[in-house]
Amino acid sequence: MISSASHLSSRPRSLWQRIHLDPVLLTGLLVLAAVGLLVLYSAADAEIRLVYKQGIRLGIAFAVMGGIAQIHPRTLYRWAPYLYAGGIVLLLAVLILGDVGKGAQRWLDLGFVRFQPSEFVKIFTPMLVARYLSQNPLPPQPKTIAFAGLWILLPTLLIAKQPDLGTALLVASAGFAVLFFAGIPWRLLGALTALGLAALPALWFLLHDYQRDRLLMFLNPEKDPLGRGYHTIQAKIAIGSGGPWGKGWLGGSQSHLEFLPEPHTDFIFAVWAEEFGLMGGITLLALYLAIIARGFYMAMQAQDSFSRLFSAGLALTFFVYVFVNVGMVIGLLPVVGVPLPLVSYGGTSMVTVMAGFGIMMSLYTHRRLVPS
Amino acid sequence: MPPFRLKDAAHENRLIINRVTAASVFIGLLTVGLIARLIYLQVFGHEYYAMLAHDNRVKISPLPPTRGLIYDRHGKILAENVSVYTLEIVPEQVGDLEETLKRLQALLPIEEEEISRFRKSLKRHKRFESVPLKLHLTDEEVARFAVKRPFFHGVDIHARLVRHYPYGPLFSHVVGYVGSINERELKRLDVAEYRGTTHVGKVGIELAYETILHGHTGYAEIETNARGRELRTLKENPPTPGADLHLNLDVTLQEIAYQGLGEHNGAVVAIEPSTGKVLVLASKPGFDPNAFVYGIRGEDYKALQASADRPLFDRTLRGRYPPGSTIKPFIGLAGLEYRIIDGHTETYCPGYYQLPGVSHRYRDWKKWGHGPVDLRKAIVQSCDVYFYDLAHDMGIDRIHDFLFRFGFGRKTGIDLTGEKSGLLPSREWKRRTRRQPWYPGETVITGIGQGFLQVTPLQLARAVAILANRGTAITPKVADHTVGGGQPTPLGDGGAPQKIKLSPRRLQTIIDAMVAVVHSPHGTARRIGEGIDFQIAGKTGTAQVFTVKQEEEYRADKLAKKLHDHALFIAFAPADAPRIAIAVIAENAGHGGSVAAPIARRIIEKYLEQP
Repeated sequence: MISSASHLSSRPRSLWQRIHLDPVLLTGLLVLAAVGLLVLYSAADAEIRLVYKQGIRLGIAFAVMGGIAQIHPRTLYRWAPYLYAGGIVLLLAVLILGDVGKGAQRWLDLGFVRFQPSEFVKIFTPMLVARYLSQNPLPPQPKTIAFAGLWILLPTLLIAKQPDLGTALLVASAGFAVLFFAGIPWRLLGALTALGLAALPALWFLLHDYQRDRLLMFLNPEKDPLGRGYHTIQAKIAIGSGGPWGKGWLGGSQSHLEFLPEPHTDFIFAVWAEEFGLMGGITLLALYLAIIARGFYMAMQAQDSFSRLFSAGLALTFFVYVFVNVGMVIGLLPVVGVPLPLVSYGGTSMVTVMAGFGIMMSLYTHRRLVPS
Repeated sequence: MPPFRLKDAAHENRLIINRVTAASVFIGLLTVGLIARLIYLQVFGHEYYAMLAHDNRVKISPLPPTRGLIYDRHGKILAENVSVYTLEIVPEQVGDLEETLKRLQALLPIEEEEISRFRKSLKRHKRFESVPLKLHLTDEEVARFAVKRPFFHGVDIHARLVRHYPYGPLFSHVVGYVGSINERELKRLDVAEYRGTTHVGKVGIELAYETILHGHTGYAEIETNARGRELRTLKENPPTPGADLHLNLDVTLQEIAYQGLGEHNGAVVAIEPSTGKVLVLASKPGFDPNAFVYGIRGEDYKALQASADRPLFDRTLRGRYPPGSTIKPFIGLAGLEYRIIDGHTETYCPGYYQLPGVSHRYRDWKKWGHGPVDLRKAIVQSCDVYFYDLAHDMGIDRIHDFLFRFGFGRKTGIDLTGEKSGLLPSREWKRRTRRQPWYPGETVITGIGQGFLQVTPLQLARAVAILANRGTAITPKVADHTVGGGQPTPLGDGGAPQKIKLSPRRLQTIIDAMVAVVHSPHGTARRIGEGIDFQIAGKTGTAQVFTVKQEEEYRADKLAKKLHDHALFIAFAPADAPRIAIAVIAENAGHGGSVAAPIARRIIEKYLEQP
């Protein structure tokens, strides 16, 4: 025991710490996963096959989390630049060799496995930024911020080019979350926000047609109710018809009758809100907030800035996931392909999210091993 | 620099706490935003969205009613609904569509045109919808497919009700036909009633009684998914089938009329004088109305339109013919009523007539003249000179006024659409339409039913019915009653009959003369008067050709026939207690007594045989 933190040394090393898992966070995640399976069963119209598949994915994801939690933070710190560089290389490979799926080039097919490198980058970017920032005293100097900004911008642009606006947004926010926790000046934050808003019109011309459609539809979904505004309108109908108390599990007519587009993927929150109503919606959001709060707590307990920044960054990014997805489903944000973490049907992003939690657990449970 | 070292532990600790606090506030605010939106949607918008959700889920599917049948007076079916078989494919259920089509083509005679039409409609239908490939399968084709059906998954035969007219051309004009609803009709029709109905009455009874025949559309509330696939029926409000329509027409009489015209074009109208019930409404040539029900081929339609015989033209209601000598009883009655003549007034017929101071000779059909002629002889032998003289004395305006009371120059008000009012000329009419004065010579020829005067066969028959009725004007009625839900309902009688004020004695003079036309040795229709035990009052007519419409272009052999006179005959029987009034027009058939009169006799005879 070489820890110098008195509030930690007062506690004996528990079994949980030895297996490098956080029981509170784990409980939250398991509850969330259970909720996810429940609502998926309903959304997929009681098709048990999908639930099995999702269950297997969840198993894999939890295993990945547990596995990553065993990795020592030191290793993460050391590997950060290489992982980041590897991620960038893969992103370039996608742009050059990638599979085109649904009008966007996101997948890399290695023959035996198809994957989205952008998912890795969601972890690798904040990891690199956290390492970079933690090398210098906080808050960072302007030059450090500028470089960190570059490290964030590079993968963001590569992913946006695929084009995958949602993931690009998440990668960028993961990076900026780290910057935020590192203590970049509020004034700079304000200026960046203003700059971002000012750049929006220019960004418009860089968008693909379908991205513009999505934005236009967000602004006025009723204009094309059976076409591009369909997703938004149907989701709103599903949620609104749920009312305060919902229609009950399996009782959501909108999702069951296939009115909801992709009900078991990105729009699964609409199924949840239809069947469990406002109360269900608030409960689910509260569950997410609890997980994030635990994440923040764990971040604050960390001994070194790398762990703090990385952990807090991942927790905040997790919220961005939830906010963007729910905001999109309830018609507050344009439709971007961001799944509801751990609830939406689908593998890749779930594994990424759980890998993030694995890292948070690693950073938290290994804290006593951090040399002072 | 060693990796895990805090530069200023206390400061950085404060910093992270600050920032986590800030982030928490940020997250809290955004979450409140999400919840506010959820409250907006689920509490305040709940009612609205719940309604939308219901609409989304439930499709109102129309259930079109079965069209009412049309019967003749004896219950013979004139328009029915028959099942036809169509070969339909559900694309979703067919494995290899191309291969299936090939195999079907090998099995059944499916033309390339049908294949390409199928491909087109394929694009308009959802994959789980049944798309027709071949319409109107014969029984043999149905049987041939039925045997092989297990080998054609997703291919099936569907029966559909299609309007069928068993008598074909016989009733083509009066019963009419139904056809696919077109855009003009779409604007006219009640959208709610016709949702789900594909066909609508186009002409004839089918058009005139559309509302009754159509019935009321029902609907089913069907639960669907977003792709429109029907899952189950929640509620059904069955349609009310259209009421059956019973007509006054008589298939047997109509057949006699149609066949009696033989090779001649023409029209026959028979009316029950006391009631106005239309017994016969035949226009020849007809056409096959069945061809129109499921879309007549373009070239066939063109052929029908281009035909010199104008089969699509309803001569009974729209054909305008000079009445020729059939107008004479009416002119004679007018002369009596205006007291220009009486039964004994004699005119000398030298075979021609001349207006005072004019050299033009109006010829009589009998070159050498009839000699001294009174009204009875003038009608019996159809002396032209007598009526030239009478018309001249009467003047066109009095002719107009009198004939107008018998329904000439105006629509009869029959329960069919498209009726023409003919042409009853007058001084005022000519001034208005032609901006010309009336010439005396024009009055003279009006007296024998030539010149401007034009009547429709229906008008003529109705005028005869009024005569037979001794002045009671009735409205011709084709449809008698409806039977809906087993309950017969009489149709309105088109208003109370109008009584034309006539002296019975003068009327009888005319009727007696008309009886003599058939039953006296010199009558122009004496041949039909033989061998019957009742009296027919009739009048022959031979009209110079004013064709139905001036046709420009004909082949020489046709042209020759077109120059022939129209043969006309009007009659009612029995003369003392009339049960039937009739008008026959045989185009270009020459003398009325030889062609038109026998048709009338056969119809009258057949009708009076019936109880």
